[in-house]
Order: sequence, then structure tokens, then C-alpha cells
Amino acid sequence: MTASHDARIPAALSRAGLSRRRFLRGVGYGGVALTGGSLLAACGTDPAKPRPEEQVAPDRSQQEKVVNFSNWPLYIDVAGKNEGKRPTLDAFTKQTGIEVNYTEDVNDNDEFFGKVRPQLQAGQPTGRDLFVVTDWMAARMIRLGFVQQLDKANMPNAGNLRAALESPPFDPDRSFTMPWQSGFAGLAYNAKVTGEVSSVEELLTRPDLKGKVTMLTEMRDTMGLTLLDMGKDPSDFTADDYAAAIDRVQKAVDSGQIRTFTGNEYAQDLAKGNIGACVAWSGDVIQLQFEDKNIKFVTPDAGVMLWSDNMMVPNKAAHKANAETLMNYYYDPAVAAELAAWVNYICPVDGAQEEMQEIDPELADNPLIFPDQATLDATHVFKDLSAEEERNYTQAFQRVIGA
Amino acid sequence: MSTLTAVRGGAPVETPEPSEPTPRRRRWVPYALLLPGLVWLAVFFLAPMATLFSTSLQVGSIDEGYRPAFRIANYTEALSAFSEQFFRSFGYAAMATVLALLVSYPLAYAIAFKAGRWKNVLLVLVIAPFFTSFLVRTLAWTAILGDQGLLLGQLKDIGLVSPDFRLLARPFAVVLGLTYNFLPFMTLPLYASLERIDRRLLEAADDLYSSAFTTFRKVTFPLSLPGVVAGTLLTFIPAAGDYINQRLLGTPRQSMIGTVIDSQFLRVLDYPSAAALSFTLMVSIVVLVWFYVRRAGTEELV
Repeated sequence: MTASHDARIPAALSRAGLSRRRFLRGVGYGGVALTGGSLLAACGTDPAKPRPEEQVAPDRSQQEKVVNFSNWPLYIDVAGKNEGKRPTLDAFTKQTGIEVNYTEDVNDNDEFFGKVRPQLQAGQPTGRDLFVVTDWMAARMIRLGFVQQLDKANMPNAGNLRAALESPPFDPDRSFTMPWQSGFAGLAYNAKVTGEVSSVEELLTRPDLKGKVTMLTEMRDTMGLTLLDMGKDPSDFTADDYAAAIDRVQKAVDSGQIRTFTGNEYAQDLAKGNIGACVAWSGDVIQLQFEDKNIKFVTPDAGVMLWSDNMMVPNKAAHKANAETLMNYYYDPAVAAELAAWVNYICPVDGAQEEMQEIDPELADNPLIFPDQATLDATHVFKDLSAEEERNYTQAFQRVIGA
Repeated sequence: MSTLTAVRGGAPVETPEPSEPTPRRRRWVPYALLLPGLVWLAVFFLAPMATLFSTSLQVGSIDEGYRPAFRIANYTEALSAFSEQFFRSFGYAAMATVLALLVSYPLAYAIAFKAGRWKNVLLVLVIAPFFTSFLVRTLAWTAILGDQGLLLGQLKDIGLVSPDFRLLARPFAVVLGLTYNFLPFMTLPLYASLERIDRRLLEAADDLYSSAFTTFRKVTFPLSLPGVVAGTLLTFIPAAGDYINQRLLGTPRQSMIGTVIDSQFLRVLDYPSAAALSFTLMVSIVVLVWFYVRRAGTEELV
């Protein structure tokens, strides 16, 4: 565990922040203009949504025993320092004979969308059979008709999904998605730098934290927590509520209270003490705690946000049945426990907690990995946005975070 | 080959190749040689440029599709919303360029005139940072400038600066990052033009009782101007479009136009605005550079 732990530091570049890929592309980036240009579509484009017959490709699962799986970096168990060796995936291949081409090329939801959109919109295969994106991006892809309905007959283990995750607003009967991992967005602080921080209000106004606060570039997490702190429900709020929440964060930016908005990279700053408190993801904090007990995760009284990263099968995937076999495999409680022991986010699989007792009893009792029903009931999810709301809210949020 | 057979055959007859290609052939050869470059330009520059311009005037959304509408308002709206970031980008880029020039000139001068046998080693040292990723180098600055980092940690320990003082997340850090990252682009052209200066001119100035400073002012500096022009352009242009330094070293209050374009394109999915901003950025850089090069004298820029 400790050995593989070191390898996680580059996670700074993942989740919602910057990706190495984008940096490298930017070597000649006086031409940001040019780069942008070559990506932009030609003279007019059709609406994104494809017709149903354009979604399906002949399934070659029987002939070709492979599945092409795109996931986030550092989001799967590895054997020791050897990142190429992944015990659960290797066991899967042994069990089913299906080779997994596992690629860690989802660095950022928006960027991944930019990468697959042209093919999906043109009704062409993406070369992927399975990928993992966060709730709101899953919602957008379902709305645009970019993903296929899952065949639950191939996935008997799907019933092990935790009840709290069974019906998100964007996919009420989980017919398109299966959670890979879930997590909380709450607050974290470094006890060496500051005293306990227990609410967003303190984060945004406490004088001793001035310039030592970060929030996440993930709009749903940052704004969701802010709305909660104002007594609003993130799953049901008005445009005025949102505007008020934006003003509140803007004020803290203007006064210099908020240092910046980040993806995963807040983790190092928090560990180094450059920031005292921040909006944080539960899994990151558990990993920081392995090295430094002064890093604390806080569940504000106003509530925390619950998010999931979801597995989905894109249109024209050539090995859909194999992808479903793989999803089924990860819903086996023993496999799920093995994965959760490494990843440290919320395990979406019932029965994994019992299996975890054998691997690491301490992790099995960790409420951030296996929260009880009462905790989950008290979490909130961000409301399902229409295309127009999504655009307006994102625009407003991007203004605040300086872009 | 023809000569060889002739000798073997015992007939010492010269069969010379025509010394010049036929005029007919000569006419198309230069064009044929240009072709790969022209195709490259057409496919990777002109075509994207045209679609960029066309996108910048479209209306629509990702759900409904985009259609050409010749909507000039895309430009005015985007510019009025983000003029601040535009000016800030040019301001930071200008500061970084001036700082880079101040640091690079003595460095290039020393390498060209004083380094002796260390010249190559020093040049390699200037280029060496390029062997590491841009990202890693910028992240390294967060460690150096961190609130408890290499620099401030020490100063705070001995009480020279107050415990709340910080360098990161301020314009200073962003400009410093820009300056550092583009330094080699400034140093190398400067070095190239300083190196080429004919030393006899400096001797002549000396012989005419010019002071060292006057020699520099009247001889060395004017002769190095092509390097100054090339170096400032190579620094200013990429610095104005940069979006990495601000994000890693700055805060939202330092946001630059590159950050905005990135977010409009990838996150807000407002392609027309992103295209309008990109196009404006490009045109304004071209205009600035054009005036600058005209003032500096194009014939020197070789």
C-alpha cells in the first residue's frame, strides 16, 4: 500500500485540473489560437444526438476476446511499484479469457468529452468499449445519445449496487451507467496550519485563512457545498439561489480569501501547508492521512455532496458484451473490496465491506469508504441541469474561477 | 556510370551529362520542392484558420448543432466580457519579455565574449531545461516559492519576513514563471547575434579611444539588435497566449486570455466565443508584431 502510494503524487494533474497531455500540446502554444482553431468544427455542425440505429455496432465480443477500457489515472489497484501490473484486471483475464486494454486517458471530464465528441457525433466508433466519467458528464452524454443501454442479463452482479446509488436523476433505473467509485466532496484542513474548519462560511470568511483557501474547479462540488451552506438544496434550487451563491464565492475571490481553484493538485498544497483549508474529495484526504495525521476531512453540518464516476458503453463499441462482463466482475464484492483497498473512495458494492475485513479491518471501518446508510441518506447530489442551465451556470462559475 | 562503360569499351569518348537541366524542367522543380510545405500550410494552417473564422461567427449549442449566421456580436460580446484578461495577458507578456531581456542580455554577452572554452557547456545549460517537461519545471516553482518552501521557509525561520507573507498566487509569481519558461527563447537568438559580431569592430572602437560603455552603446548593442528583436518576439508571442503559469502559480485574479479560451472551448462549450477570442488574440498579436518589426527594421531580422 505504501509503496504504491508514492506513485499517486502526479494525480495533481488528473481529475478536474490540468493534464500532462494538454501541457505537452502547449509547447508551441503561442498558438493557443491555432490549437483551438484546428479543433473547432468546420462550417456548421448538425445537432449532436444520433439516431438509434446509428448507436449500435455489430458486437464482436465472441470472436475477439478483448475489451478497451478508458479510465482515470491512479484509479485501479496495482501491484507494488509496478504500474503495469494490475491484480484485479489480471485475475479477470484469467477467469474469462478476455484481454483488457486498459488506458488511463481520462484526465478531465471536459477534456475527455472534447476528445470523443467528434467521433460520437459523427456516428463513428471511438475505439473504446467502456469509459468512466463523472455524474454530470454521464448525464450530458446520455442526453446527447452518446452511450448505449446496458444489457443487465449479462450482469447478474449489478444487483449488488448500493441502494443509495440506485437511481440518480440522470439515469433513474441505471440503464446506461454503473458506478465505478463514488466519493464525498466536503472540506479538509491541515491542523498544523489552522484550527478546525467546519463550514463553508468559515472557509469563505475566516480572517486567519485569508489567501490559504482553495476550492475545486468541479462546479457541482464547489457550488453544491456553497448552496448547502446557504440552506439551499443543490438538487432543487432556483437561478437566483445560484446567482447568490456565485456572488458569495466571487466576494471571497475578490477579497483574496480564496487563493485559487484546483483539481486534484490541492492535495500537495494542503500537505505542504501552502493552504490551510479547502474543498476536498474524500479519497484524496484518506491517502494524505496515511502520511500525515494532521490532515482532516470534515463533513460540514450543512451536508456533503455525493458524486460517482460511472462506467458507460459508448455508441459503436465493438465489444459491448465483454464490457458488460467486466462491469459484472467489478460488482463481485471480493473484487470490489480489493479495488477499494487501493483506491480509497466510496465502494459502490454491497457486501464489499465484509470482504474488506479480511484485507484490512481498519479500512473496513472507515466511514469514508464504507459509509453507513444514515450517512449516505444525508448526502446531496447536484440537480440534473438542462443544456441551457448547464451552459449558463458553467459560464458564471468559470467567470468566478477566472476563466 | 556512363564514363565507366566508355573506358571499359576501350572507346575514350566523353559522354558528358548536360551541365544544366532543361529550362522546362527547371520551371517546375522549385514548385515541386515547395509543394510539401504548401500542402502543410494549407492543411494545418489555412484550413483551420478558415474554420476558426467561420466558427467565430456561428450561433447554436452543442445540443442543437451550430449554423453559420455571420454574427459579429460574438466578437463584441466576447471582447467586452474578457477585455480585462486580454489586457492582462499583454501586460504580463510585456513584463516577462522585458525581464527576460534584462536577464538574458548579460548572460548571452558573457557566453559569447567571456566564456572561452566553457561556451558550449554554458549553452547546454541554457538549453538543458528543455529536456524536462514544461509542466514539471513550472510545478518546481511552486516548491521553490511555496509559503513554507525553499525560499520563504528559510526567510520565515530567521524572521526576515512575516509568517503570512507569500509569493505564490500573486502577479509576481505568474510573471516570474513566464520569464523563466521563455528565457532560452530570448537567450539563444541574443547569443547568436552577439557571437557573430566582428571583434575587429570592437578593437577599432577601442583604438579610437571609445570608453567601454560607449563601445557597447554605439557598436555592440546596435549590432545585436536582430537578436533582441527575434528574442523579444519569441518570448512575447507564446507568453501572451500562455495559460499554464497563471493556473499553477496564480489565482483567478491573474487569469489570462489563454485560460479563458481553454475554458470557453472545453468547459462552457461555447465554440463561437472561443473561436472569436482565439481569432482576436491572433490578429492582435500579428498587428503588434507588425508594428514592432517595422519600427525595428525588418531587414535586420535575419
